[in-house]
Amino acid sequence: MEILIAIGVLGGLGLIFGLILAAASKIFYVETDPRLDQLNECLPGANCGGCGYAGCGGYAEAVLKGEAEIGKCASGGDECAQAMAAIMGVKAEKVARKVALVRCSGYKRVDADGKDVGAKMKGEYEGIKDCLAASKVAGRGPLVCKFGCLGFGNCVKACKYDAIRVVDGVAKVDQEKCVGCMSCAAACPRNLIVPVEYGAHVVIACASNAKGAVTVRGCSAGCIGCGLCKKICPSGAITVENNLATIDYSKCTSCGLCATVCPKKLIVDNNAVEPQGAAAK
Amino acid sequence: MNEYVQTLIGILLAAILSENFILVKFYGICPFMGVSKKIDTALGMGMAVTFVMGIASAATWAIYRLLVLLHLEFMQTVAFILVIASIVQVVEMFLKKAVSALYKALGIFLPLITTNCAVLGVALLNVQKGYDFLLSVVNGVCGGLGFTVAIVLFASLRERVEKSDCPECFKGMPITLVAAGLLALAFMGFSGLKLF
Repeated sequence: MEILIAIGVLGGLGLIFGLILAAASKIFYVETDPRLDQLNECLPGANCGGCGYAGCGGYAEAVLKGEAEIGKCASGGDECAQAMAAIMGVKAEKVARKVALVRCSGYKRVDADGKDVGAKMKGEYEGIKDCLAASKVAGRGPLVCKFGCLGFGNCVKACKYDAIRVVDGVAKVDQEKCVGCMSCAAACPRNLIVPVEYGAHVVIACASNAKGAVTVRGCSAGCIGCGLCKKICPSGAITVENNLATIDYSKCTSCGLCATVCPKKLIVDNNAVEPQGAAAK
Repeated sequence: MNEYVQTLIGILLAAILSENFILVKFYGICPFMGVSKKIDTALGMGMAVTFVMGIASAATWAIYRLLVLLHLEFMQTVAFILVIASIVQVVEMFLKKAVSALYKALGIFLPLITTNCAVLGVALLNVQKGYDFLLSVVNGVCGGLGFTVAIVLFASLRERVEKSDCPECFKGMPITLVAAGLLALAFMGFSGLKLF
């Protein structure tokens, strides 16, 4: 009998409070813009911060207030931008998908003659396994090249999408998994990581601004600024500045001629699944 | 009557200072750590908790009388949780309507008042000590004020700590916990306080 009273009392209390809450929700009803929820639905909800706002919710609010442009979400890409534009009743330009690129080809490997190629080491580094720590030791780390990837994987740790792996001492981005939030770029003490268009057939995988002779001393796959690629490019998309070639993707037609003439073989197809080093093994 | 007033003042002082819910009893540490980054929001949180604790004390007193009547005292905890959860919901709706800036600043910690053990703690304590209605409400409100005093003091400490030059390994939560411990030590000084 007692148990029945207990159930009845608790159930009755629950009912009373439920009714009070129902009444309160009517009295204190606040109208919110239904578009805010819709915008939040469009966004991936990963809260990566690539847009520059605190999270997806923050970005949605900024868009609703008109403070932010549509299409800043690298992770959602074009699909997300178009959906958000539809909600806000504006037209969005097509957003090209960008992915991160680690500009280094210094994979440590052995060539056909059994010679070590790739980035050269100036000594053994036995400190903390961390790019930032390694780059702070005297002489800027264990590599001869002052620009090369240190391979301790700070970018791997920064990536929320599991899109970066360190292969043969150099970080490599998986294009399919990368959403272009560029958290990795912020984590790289060498500033090696830049955004490139998804599916680019030619990318310059080197960031060395050093003079040709200096670069050669440190790595067999560094850009020496020879300008062969610039000369052969039929569309004038390549410029060489500070001993380093860069590609202007608005002009590039992906013909691939530059890749064939590069003496250091550092202009590579970003769609190649295996990095150079692993393929040469 | 005179004795009653003495008890009342005794409860008042104990709840705010010598038996402070956060720094002496260690109830409600979650919002104490979570919402103490800025003095403004800390004050808002303190006010919200004070309000909820006051109302909860009154409501749970009434509910407990009902339970005693039906010989169901063993259900006090579950019944109190029900009452507190409902009150917090109403407060949340009210704040969203009336003070939306505070609603946003408190964020997730507002619904978390539901599980704030200071609120449930004060309700159970009132029963344990056998306070009547007035004493219960005074204990609840003053417990909330004690919470407010502690969290506002702590927020002002944290605002300073934030700007100070502290060792890398202590930055963030570690130094915050150290500061909380020191503040609790300071409040231990009140434990000798006895007026009557």
